[in-house]
Amino acid sequence: MTAEPSPTLKIHCEDVSKTFIQKGHIGVPVIRDISLDVEENEFLVVLGPGQCGKSTLLRIIAGLETPDTGYVTLDGQPIVGPGPDRGLVFQGYMLFAWETVMGNVEMGLKLRGVPKHERREVAQHYIDLVGLTGFEKHYPHQLSGGMKQRVGIARAYANSPKVMLLDEPFGQLDAQTRMFMQKETARIWEHEKRTVVFVTNNIDEALFLADRIILMEGKLPGRIKREYVIGLPRPRDHAHKDILELRAMITAQTELVL
Amino acid sequence: MGYEEVRVDRPLLLRLLPFISVGTFLLLWEWSVRSGMVPEVLLAPPSQVFSLFFEKLSEPNPDGAVLAVHAWTSLQEAFLGYGLSLLVGIPLGLAMGWFRIVEGIARPIFELIRPIPPIAWIPLTVFWFGIGLTGKVFIIWIAGIVPCVINAYVGVRMTQPTLIQMARTYGATDWQIFCQLCVPSALPMIFGALQIALAYCWTNLVGAELLAADTGLGYLITMGGRLGRPDIVVLGMVCVGLSGAILGFIIDIIEKRLLAGIRR
Repeated sequence: MTAEPSPTLKIHCEDVSKTFIQKGHIGVPVIRDISLDVEENEFLVVLGPGQCGKSTLLRIIAGLETPDTGYVTLDGQPIVGPGPDRGLVFQGYMLFAWETVMGNVEMGLKLRGVPKHERREVAQHYIDLVGLTGFEKHYPHQLSGGMKQRVGIARAYANSPKVMLLDEPFGQLDAQTRMFMQKETARIWEHEKRTVVFVTNNIDEALFLADRIILMEGKLPGRIKREYVIGLPRPRDHAHKDILELRAMITAQTELVL
Repeated sequence: MGYEEVRVDRPLLLRLLPFISVGTFLLLWEWSVRSGMVPEVLLAPPSQVFSLFFEKLSEPNPDGAVLAVHAWTSLQEAFLGYGLSLLVGIPLGLAMGWFRIVEGIARPIFELIRPIPPIAWIPLTVFWFGIGLTGKVFIIWIAGIVPCVINAYVGVRMTQPTLIQMARTYGATDWQIFCQLCVPSALPMIFGALQIALAYCWTNLVGAELLAADTGLGYLITMGGRLGRPDIVVLGMVCVGLSGAILGFIIDIIEKRLLAGIRR
C-alpha cells in the first residue's frame, strides 16, 4: 500500500538524517535517510516505540533541529527555522503557568502584535472549538490533564498554522481520557481540517486517527519500516473488524508489541 | 467550586504546645536568673527586659535615644538598603540569565565579590561614608544584592526550553521572549529572593550597627554591652528578632497574594 502521488503536496522530506553528539564525542545516529511526503489536509501518524527518532523527525519539520543531510520543504519552500506556519503541541502540556486559558491561546497572536480585540475573537473561537468555553479565566493548575492538552491544541490552532505537529500529545493522560481526547481530536480535525503530523507510540491511537500510518523501525537510527493507508470512514470504532485486522498486521511488523 | 468545607480539629494539647513551649522557656529563664544560678550581671531575666521595654518607650538614657528612634533608624537603613539591592540586583540577575554579554561581563566580578562577608566592607565604608546612614545602607545593599542576583539569574535559566522554542515558532524576538517568558518564569525564584535578601539585610544591618553607629537597634545592643547592662542587650536582641520576623511575615503574605495564580 502506497500513497498516490498528488499535486497537493504539503510537506516533503528528502533523505533526512540526523546524528546527535553525546558527551562531546559520541555520535548517536537518530534518524537516517527518511523521505516522506505529506499531502494537504492529510492526517499522518508516525508510529514507533520510544527511542526510534520519531520526535526528532517532528522537530526537524518544526525547524527546531536542522538535519545533517537532506532537507524538508513546506509548500515547496525549504524549512530553515521555526515559524508560525507550523503549530506545535507537546507531550508535556507546556502551558504558560502564569497565563489564563485565554492568555495561553492568544499568546502566539500577542507576540506577533495582533490587536487585542482581534486576537480575543480568534482565541475564543478555538477555545469554543476544543470545548473549553467557560474556562477562559482559569489557570493551567486548575485544569485536568485532558483540559490542559485541549488548551495546547487550541493554542496551536490559534496561530492558523498550515501544518499541525503533535508530539505524543496524549502520552501523559490516563487511558480513558486518552481515548476521549482521540475522539475529540478527530472531531476538531473534521471541523477545521489541517495537515497534521501526529507522533505516537500507541497503535490504537494511530489506527483511530490516521489517514496514513508511517511505521518506524524499533531501534536507532530511525528509519521508515512500512506505510499503511487507512481508508476507513470516521468516526472509527477501536473494535471494528477492519481496525483489528490492521492492528494485527502492524503488530506483526513490530518487534515490540506497542 | 462546590466543595464542602471540612474542619479538622487538632487535639487541644497540640494547639497549645507552642504556647506551652515558649512559656516554659521564659519561666526557666526567669527562674535561672532569680535563683542565682546565672548571675544577674551576665543575663537579665525576661521580666526585667519586659519592664525595660516599657521604660525605653519614653526614656532615652542611658544609651541616648528612645526605643522608637532606634527601631526607626534601623528600619530606615534596612529598607533603603533592601530596596536598592532589589532595584539593582533583580534586573542585573535577569539580564545575566538571558543576555550572554551581560553574563560574560558581570558574572566574574560578581563571583569574586560574592564570597566576601558584607561586614568585611565596614572599614572601607567608614573611610568612604563615615558612620552615618549612607555607609550602613551600602553594607546592607551589598548583603541583599547577592541573593537577588543569584535567584533572578537561576530563575531565568530555569525557563522551560520547550516554551522558549514554542515562542520562537510564534516568531517572538529575543526581547519578547525575555519579557513575556523568562521574567514571568523567574517570578517564584525572585520572590524567594525577597525573603532571603530581607534576612541577609536585617542580619547585616545589626552587624553594621554594632561597629559604626550612633542610633539603631544594633547600636542599642553594643551600648548595653559597653554599659554592662545585659537587660539592654537582651531587649535589643528581642527587638531585632521580632521586627525581622514581622517583616518576613509581611513579605510572605504579599508573595502569596501575587503568586496565587502560579503556585500549587
